[in-house]
Amino acid sequence: MKHAPANGKQFFTRGMRLLTALMLIGLGFGAYRLIAGLGAATNLSNQYPLGLWIGLDVATGVALAAGGFTSAALVYIFNREHFHAVIRPALLTAMLGYTFVAVGLLFDLGRWYAIWHPMLPSMWQGNSVLFEVAICVMLYLNVLYLEFAPIICERFIGRVRVPGISPGLNSTIDLGLRVASHVLGRIMPVLIIAGVMLSCLHQSSLGTLMMIAPYKLHPLYWSQFLPLFFLLSAIAVGFPMIIMESLLSARALNRTPEMRVLTPLARYCPWLIGIYIVCRTADMLLRGTWVFLFEPGTATFLFWIEFGLLTVVPWCLFMSRDVRASARALAIASGMYILGIALNRCAVFFLAVKPPYTEHSYIPALAEFALTFGLILCIIFCYRAAVHWLPVLPASDQSLRNTGKTH
Amino acid sequence: MDVTRTSNSDRMNRRGFIKHIGLTGAMALSSVPGAQAQQRNPAEQSLAVLVDTTLCVGCRTCEQACNEINPDLPIVPNDFFSDTSVFQQHRRMDASAFTVVNRYQPEKKGAPVYVKFQCQHCLYPACVSACLVGALRRDAGGAVVYDEKKCIGCRYCMAACPFQVPAYEYSSVLTPRVRKCTFCFQTRLTQGEVPACVAGCPMRVMTFGSRAELIAMGRERIRKNPEKYVQQIYGEHEAGGTAWMYLAAVPFEQIDLPRIGYHPLPGYTEPVQHALFKWFLPPLGLCAILAGAMWYNKRRKNPDKDDGQASKNNTDLTP
Repeated sequence: MKHAPANGKQFFTRGMRLLTALMLIGLGFGAYRLIAGLGAATNLSNQYPLGLWIGLDVATGVALAAGGFTSAALVYIFNREHFHAVIRPALLTAMLGYTFVAVGLLFDLGRWYAIWHPMLPSMWQGNSVLFEVAICVMLYLNVLYLEFAPIICERFIGRVRVPGISPGLNSTIDLGLRVASHVLGRIMPVLIIAGVMLSCLHQSSLGTLMMIAPYKLHPLYWSQFLPLFFLLSAIAVGFPMIIMESLLSARALNRTPEMRVLTPLARYCPWLIGIYIVCRTADMLLRGTWVFLFEPGTATFLFWIEFGLLTVVPWCLFMSRDVRASARALAIASGMYILGIALNRCAVFFLAVKPPYTEHSYIPALAEFALTFGLILCIIFCYRAAVHWLPVLPASDQSLRNTGKTH
Repeated sequence: MDVTRTSNSDRMNRRGFIKHIGLTGAMALSSVPGAQAQQRNPAEQSLAVLVDTTLCVGCRTCEQACNEINPDLPIVPNDFFSDTSVFQQHRRMDASAFTVVNRYQPEKKGAPVYVKFQCQHCLYPACVSACLVGALRRDAGGAVVYDEKKCIGCRYCMAACPFQVPAYEYSSVLTPRVRKCTFCFQTRLTQGEVPACVAGCPMRVMTFGSRAELIAMGRERIRKNPEKYVQQIYGEHEAGGTAWMYLAAVPFEQIDLPRIGYHPLPGYTEPVQHALFKWFLPPLGLCAILAGAMWYNKRRKNPDKDDGQASKNNTDLTP
């Protein structure tokens, strides 16, 4: 599989300039949080200690980055070579996704400068679910960086020309890159297996987190099988996320959508989403929580939107051959399921949470929305920059022509 | 008769829980501090306080005593604690107060009921189980205490607490703390004194002592005045048992003591965690299955090549 930087177009197009401006405004609100504190920037309270940043930036971010490990498993463990084209963009998304999970978390932590504490053995607390999540996410982030490193090596091997240093030093750097590339190539199977294992662990444990609050979380959402639901829904959202970003970047970069790959990839979606739906429905029937389905309230409304409209409907859409063959319909189905996952994570962490002494409900503050928006734009910005300068996307005819010209 | 049955089932419950947590679970992580503490029965040596809400007159002396013993709480005007207008609202503890007294008007006409709230100091605290850096810990004596030097400010303890007790210093920019009643652990308990609020109460609403004795005392009071008290000690079993317990003349839900099941909250999450990491077998097993699948699928695709050749061919694993 040949990959090439997608630099046919100028980087700072008009759209990118607008995106950068909005991104900087959003990040400005992040700076405001650091200077003025959580109390000034957020609507978090003693009743709602976890809010939009945890529900969306962290929990949803982790779920939507699942495409990295599901695609790696598909291609390298189940040896479906056909899907090799999606590996690099999915890996890039996962790497950026997890990086910004950590960045988003920094803004949410009251003492962000102490984020390294879980690394100290003297502070390890093995009974804590969050401890496991923290360690797994940290390790997986490093695995992702190592998995991505060969792409950077590939870009620069034979092309190291750092200005202002001697040719000897340049060739030393070049040699270093070659060694790194070789070593990483040899240990890649280990990294891929470790990545899948770490992902399964922390994706499920994110669901275990709120199991400790059965009296706060609405019964439609609290379940002893929350970890299973979180794992299954994350595995199921991997491919829709890859489809979505492939279609979006094809549009942004004026490339033809790779339906040759995306349509067969979408064939897995009905199965993966279906297993998740069956498990959640079975749990609801067995524990009898279906009685809440017709009890008016926020959580019930949420459930119908999140599970009915944004999980079951896209599942039906993915079952249709026509939907899978059409770029537009695939984008709609994938987008709906992605929204469903986002709403599900937000429901579990704050939307369906009702503390015993609720004085007022929690509506995220402007700064919370703005920073979340800014961080999402930041991911898009980095994605765009990476595919512009690094060989991430499959080499299209046009980009081959471009590289031909420069040589 | 009734009493013995409760205590038996209580012991059974607790034993079941210990078995759950202690035997199946903690072994995998027995090198981690805190895991072993869970294996002993925390109710045995716990100190406790029994609050008899029927005696409380709402003088708020306990609030004042608490404010005075904790110098890092904000200084309030002297007449604040004699101001009864605060009773117009139902307050909660926050970063400026570790304990509050509220007034409730029972549904049946009668005298108002005053209830003091503070950290319940659970026997199986959800906050301690939740904290990923061990900033919260339960002392063997019963106090659940907080160490701000370890805290990273994730506030998961607040999400975990079923009584909604821990409060956060949201107004602090750089060094926000989780704030809650300390049981006067450092200031008085370790010196052999009773908590400041207990000592300050003019009506002897609160009794401090060993948990087992206080439960016996509470049952005795209920037995002597069955028409006066609700036939239950709130906190004896709630969330697995708490160190602070209540007697009341009206149903506990009417005085904002939430209905909580008897199952300890860490009992929901810790068995899952410890089963997942039992001797690291499940993660390693998953790795082995994945590696096996990887090897098998590779061979199936390249059946004519021998092993070495096949793996060499597939060093194109660079993404």
